[in-house]
Amino acid sequence: MKISAFHLMPYRELPADFEQRYESVWVTPPWWELADARRVGQYYNWTLDELLYAAKCGFDGVCTNEHHQNAYGFMPSPNLMGSVLARQTNGTNVAIVQMGATLPTSNPPLRVAEEYAMLDCISGGRLVAGLPLGSPMDVNLCYGITPMEHRERYREAVALTLKAWQAREIFSWNGRYFQLATVNLWPRPIQQPHPPVWIPGSGSISTFDFAVEHDVCYCFLSYSGARSAKTMMDGYWRVVAEKGRDLNPYRAGFLQLVVVAESDARAEEKYARHVEYFYHKCLHVPPMWFSPPGNQDYRSLVATMSNPVRRAENPKTLRYRDFVDKGYVIAGSPATVRDRLKEEVIKNLRVGNLMVLLQIGSMPHELALENIELFGREVLPDLRDTWDDEPWVNHWWPERLRQRAVAPVAAGVAAGGA
Amino acid sequence: MIGTQERTITVWQDRVRIRVLSKGHGPALIFFHGPWGLTWDPFLDELARSFTVLAPEHPGTTPEAHDDVYHLDGLWDLVLCYDELLEVLGLESAVFVGHSFGGMVACEVAAAYPARARRLALLAPLGFWRDPDRIINWMMLEPGELRRHIFHDPECDAARRMFPPSDAHDATAAARVRMVWAMGTTGKFIWPIPDKGLKKRIHRVTAPTLLVWGKEDRLVPAVYADEFTRRLQGARVQTVDAAGHAPHLEQPEKVARLVRDFLSQ
Repeated sequence: MKISAFHLMPYRELPADFEQRYESVWVTPPWWELADARRVGQYYNWTLDELLYAAKCGFDGVCTNEHHQNAYGFMPSPNLMGSVLARQTNGTNVAIVQMGATLPTSNPPLRVAEEYAMLDCISGGRLVAGLPLGSPMDVNLCYGITPMEHRERYREAVALTLKAWQAREIFSWNGRYFQLATVNLWPRPIQQPHPPVWIPGSGSISTFDFAVEHDVCYCFLSYSGARSAKTMMDGYWRVVAEKGRDLNPYRAGFLQLVVVAESDARAEEKYARHVEYFYHKCLHVPPMWFSPPGNQDYRSLVATMSNPVRRAENPKTLRYRDFVDKGYVIAGSPATVRDRLKEEVIKNLRVGNLMVLLQIGSMPHELALENIELFGREVLPDLRDTWDDEPWVNHWWPERLRQRAVAPVAAGVAAGGA
Repeated sequence: MIGTQERTITVWQDRVRIRVLSKGHGPALIFFHGPWGLTWDPFLDELARSFTVLAPEHPGTTPEAHDDVYHLDGLWDLVLCYDELLEVLGLESAVFVGHSFGGMVACEVAAAYPARARRLALLAPLGFWRDPDRIINWMMLEPGELRRHIFHDPECDAARRMFPPSDAHDATAAARVRMVWAMGTTGKFIWPIPDKGLKKRIHRVTAPTLLVWGKEDRLVPAVYADEFTRRLQGARVQTVDAAGHAPHLEQPEKVARLVRDFLSQ
């Protein structure tokens, strides 16, 4: 089992009445009213410090991701963060999990292929290459990509990226969205044939198909916990089986919010307001913005409209105890967290690559470090062996980091190759 | 829709099917519908008394041909499709009427093929962008808001037809699917800003042009008429009281009379 620390890099000090005063946390929050660049500089550094601390505390990987024009998580370039993490974790066995740079917003998307290859080189082959489709807010609303072309553009970009990493000869790409006469990537990644690919999704069937056909790790990035993810992940495993792949749990990744304290009661005292800040403010987005017309294909549109899935709960009506009861957040003493993660998430959803979000909403730096430390010391060691009694190989993890007790990977070896 | 006929015409190397609704007698009139799909309405009935009204559905909005729109890469492809459509209809030229997105398309076809458009009547057409008068992205409005942005009177009959009451669940869902898909397919050609270079091409239009604008248009403010009139010599503007972004739906008789009088000259 591999367990990585995920970070969104949220704005931690939004006003108490943020969700009443403003339309959205995404796309339109007014920078000049809400934010301060010096403070944000502090946030970026805290974010890096928190992830580096997780690396020291025994986590297997550190994850960053890309979003635009928002106060919920604003690393517009996750690779800038990833390069600091890669450099600072050299000499360790920690994977650099980029979840990641968004292909449809990079033009040409070759830029992502290049930067990922750079990160793989800098880290000595420790990169996990997340290739997200990108949210409609980021891709359609902030970056102007036509909703109807979003998925086509993404698929073409994935194909181009995979080919650019692997091609032995210079090639031309005469695509629908991208035309490049001479593709000859410098550098190429260390990992062969290419770094492991993870594709994050939010439960759409077409992404299941795409992930399974490409034999990658599908990651469900959920904020509503394992219980509401069960139907979706069962759907994913059904597609895996239908397409004749094995049921290797490492084909699945899942993101879970977690807070740990000395006891369940202490967890509530320490974390309740930060959890509520996250669900009430950081997810404050008009529902329409998640599905601009054309972003869903016709078949999916009909399915969604005529057979609306149980209307998602409005998290603004829920409080800390609801989030914990419903499993949106797994919270409490190390024993509580350990048991719930193992049963509700890892076993129930069949997850081999777990990501945990430990800095949540307004959680201050010191408290985030406490949460990370406690999880690393009291929870992580007990989860690590999960799946070891079955003969699965994590093909979606950097090969040299798959074993637990390996010597640290050296980066920057002598000229002439490792 | 009493008395309308329909036929489906295939263009673009047999990849794009376009259903054309038609009715009436007289000179050919092509009606290019707006971003919410084609519905035969009293305005078209009025025009059909003086013209043979031919109303094509924009690619992707024809039932059972939803995915055909994926064969088009951009506005240039769409304009060529309409040229092919006119060819199949056996029309060298016609008078064009277009609403909103359809107004922009009518104008683009008339700029690309000036001889095909004898006269142009554009109802609140898209096609330009002014920073001080930003056009609200109607595709991102929730249904109630959208209704208030399209109509001056959101409770008028036309508004009730476009947005069925929510107690009729199946009808509401079907109408919503139809509308969202129509916005998605037309949006393909204008996202994220509905200015795709008409300003570079509009000088090629030779057809006499009438612009009709609802005085209370909350989507494309009436100031946009200036963008057309200053580029099209002799273009006339008629504003319509008590009408929003769909003046022909809110004031069908009045707008039909304006359009018919102009096109018949």
